[in-house]
Amino acid sequence: MSLDPSPAPAIELVGIDKKFGPVHANKNINLTVARGSIHGIIGENGAGKSTLMSIIYGFYQADQGQIRINGKPIVIRDSQTAISSGIGMVHQHFMLVENFTVLENVVLGVEGGALLGRDAARAREELKRLQKDYGLEVDLDAIVEELPVGAQQRVEILKALYRGADILILDEPTGVLTPAEADHLFNVLRVLREQGKTILLITHKLREIMAITDTVSVMRRGEMVATRATAETTVEELAELMVGRRVLLHVEKGEAKPGPVLLSVKNLTVKDSRGLKMVDNVSFDVRAGEIVGIAGVAGNGQSELLEAIAGIRKPSSGEILIDGQPVAELDAARRRELGLAHIPEDRHHMGLVLKFEEYENSILGYHRDQRYGRGAFLDLEAIRKDAEDKIAKYDIRPPNPRLKTANFSGGNQQKIVVAREIERDPKLLIVGQPTRGVDVGAIEFIHRRIIERRDAGKAVLLVSVELDEIRSLSDRILVMFAGKIVGEKTSEAGEQTLGLMMAGIAA
Amino acid sequence: MTTASVPLPNWISYGLIPLLNLLLAFFFSGLVVWWIGESPLEALKFLIQGSLGRGDAIGFTLFYTTSFIFTGLSVAVAFHAGLFNIGSEGQAYVGGLGAALAALALDHYVPWYVTMPFAITAAAIFGAAWAFIPAWLQAKRGSHIVITTIMFNFIGAALMVYLLVNVFIVPGKMAPETRTFLEGGQLPKLDWLMALFGLKLGPAPFNVSFLIALVMCYLVWLLIWRTKFGYEMRTLGISPSAAIYAGVPYARIVIIAMLISGGLAGMMALNAVNGAAARLQVEFVAGAGFVGIAVSLMGRSHPVGIILAALLFGILYQGGADLSFEMPTITRDMIVVIQGLVILFAGALEYMLRPAVVRIYQQFAKG
Repeated sequence: MSLDPSPAPAIELVGIDKKFGPVHANKNINLTVARGSIHGIIGENGAGKSTLMSIIYGFYQADQGQIRINGKPIVIRDSQTAISSGIGMVHQHFMLVENFTVLENVVLGVEGGALLGRDAARAREELKRLQKDYGLEVDLDAIVEELPVGAQQRVEILKALYRGADILILDEPTGVLTPAEADHLFNVLRVLREQGKTILLITHKLREIMAITDTVSVMRRGEMVATRATAETTVEELAELMVGRRVLLHVEKGEAKPGPVLLSVKNLTVKDSRGLKMVDNVSFDVRAGEIVGIAGVAGNGQSELLEAIAGIRKPSSGEILIDGQPVAELDAARRRELGLAHIPEDRHHMGLVLKFEEYENSILGYHRDQRYGRGAFLDLEAIRKDAEDKIAKYDIRPPNPRLKTANFSGGNQQKIVVAREIERDPKLLIVGQPTRGVDVGAIEFIHRRIIERRDAGKAVLLVSVELDEIRSLSDRILVMFAGKIVGEKTSEAGEQTLGLMMAGIAA
Repeated sequence: MTTASVPLPNWISYGLIPLLNLLLAFFFSGLVVWWIGESPLEALKFLIQGSLGRGDAIGFTLFYTTSFIFTGLSVAVAFHAGLFNIGSEGQAYVGGLGAALAALALDHYVPWYVTMPFAITAAAIFGAAWAFIPAWLQAKRGSHIVITTIMFNFIGAALMVYLLVNVFIVPGKMAPETRTFLEGGQLPKLDWLMALFGLKLGPAPFNVSFLIALVMCYLVWLLIWRTKFGYEMRTLGISPSAAIYAGVPYARIVIIAMLISGGLAGMMALNAVNGAAARLQVEFVAGAGFVGIAVSLMGRSHPVGIILAALLFGILYQGGADLSFEMPTITRDMIVVIQGLVILFAGALEYMLRPAVVRIYQQFAKG
């Protein structure tokens, strides 16, 4: 921690309170972030972290309370005020124009005049200086969409620094990064701290909190429940503070008892709309009673592979057999009838219709089933009853099947999907990023359900960019790189080995 | 991002905000009237009296309302499946051919209530047929439905003029229209319904198709919110990617939704052809198909909203006609301006007042 003699903290929140209708998102929050420190904020989804950050960044106004930046009380009406107060934010989903260059992205919105030329030249100088000071190397003339994700994130950080940020808020910054990229990011953050910047890190990954932060604050159900010096706390204590009860961080599972093959993929090739091979001649089997994990950095063909198996994307060649039956001609609905269930990577665009009420989403994909209504009609009573059962069983909150799905938190939305897919007792479950943006308590819950499938003698195919998740759940691990499966390992394989394979360096 | 996602109670979203929009539209219309040197209050008085002041005025208003309900439902059904059907105008026009053929074929032999089911079916089938080709092109070829339905309006108009001039015209007559249907081919007026309220219908063409329109409202509600097909339509309309995930067959939904949409548009002809004119005439749709777009937009694609919006436009049509008769300085074109303002404020600028309302609501909710 910095020993800056001037005692005014970078950020001070006093009694911040925010309600959305009946939802009390932030209850009397007090928070002090020391200047020149890395301060972590953890909490389950729906704990109010995002709301709090949105208040600091001016997206929302607090109903009550005060924000002090460097000791001075200010009212942050919008993000412009936040930026001019020296606050910068790096969002979880990057806010970049993909077909602009890095330089163009950085100056976007602060061009300084009608003509670009002169200001661009000045910006280039300034950016070079920032890059040198903070170790943020990235080619200023590269097109953003051609950069790896880690570099895109550095562009976001540059953008914030270029706008004069002294305080950086990073929202789940490592969600899309490889382990190596995450390490690189942490180095950047350390340099930023040395240079006197203050960093507020929002994450649900306890390991990151332990690795990088000086101080950590825990939020639960809208309240700030504890603040600890990172050196004086443990992962277990933080997890317990977050969830309010003891949490098993490592899933326990017995020996796998593989049975007959339930999913067989043979020489599968999938091309994208530009004709590029996203999945390149991939073959593997998944047996009953085992979990096969597919590890890989996002964008190496895992998504396309899952979609091809689910019947969402047409492969250009190869074969897929579900329980011995070729499914090339079957659409997603028909494949469900064969006993396939699919928890999609993107719950917002695929797994859920956010404008639907909860109970309507609880039948998505199974709505033709006779149990949800005979003939052409829907039996709303039966559907709501069914939804209520799932809500109770999966502890979906708030327990209201008539609530619009968009109004559930990320973790609860995911539970809606998981409940729908698993409660059908499918023979084969394919899962993409089951815990992306999901809080610790719900992660544990979802992991248990997945292992239960295996122990019930069903097959599970798991795709995740979280190496920890792959390692703790899978019986076998396939590593995908550039559309190909570059190797198979057991769950005992070290993170290092897998990381190198994921980067396409070793097989 | 701050205010759009805040949930408001239904009475504000569906009651207060539309009402405020409407008041705003009338306020600006009043300014226009004032600007051309007439009294806005006087004009409003004529508008209301002309549309709701007498039995026959109400009859005309409800006659227009009936047409707008059909076309509003037509646009709404397609909209729920994510399709913007601009072709209700042409589908209603061609639907008129079906309605007229049924009447011409049967009116000599059977009473109206026997002809009616045939006329309904024929109107719906002809309207649906006119929607089928754009639907098929959208579903199978990806041709944008907005473009194709607009083109089909023109093709439909040309086709109908050709048929009326060359095929259906009564020999020796100048007007391009069919012969007048006998009573067996007409839909009777609803004077008994008006009489229940102590009103006299007079010459107004308010007829049985109003009741058919109300039944269709119920059926559309049932279809969209109570059937599996409606569920698939809504899934596709809101989230095409979720529809693919759920295995909703895109082409089938697009085609069937458009057939239903075209069929509803076609039924509008029952009101104008079998109910009012008792013959098929050139240009009988008279823009009702396009008004249907505004009605559906204002009514939030919900049958109850559509009935209310159709009534509003019925009032504007009938009251507007009366207004321009009473105040010659307010021409037909001025009435179109007023209608345009209503569409602008109640439809296109639907969200303009929302942020302010949300802020006020939050103040109250907090206190």
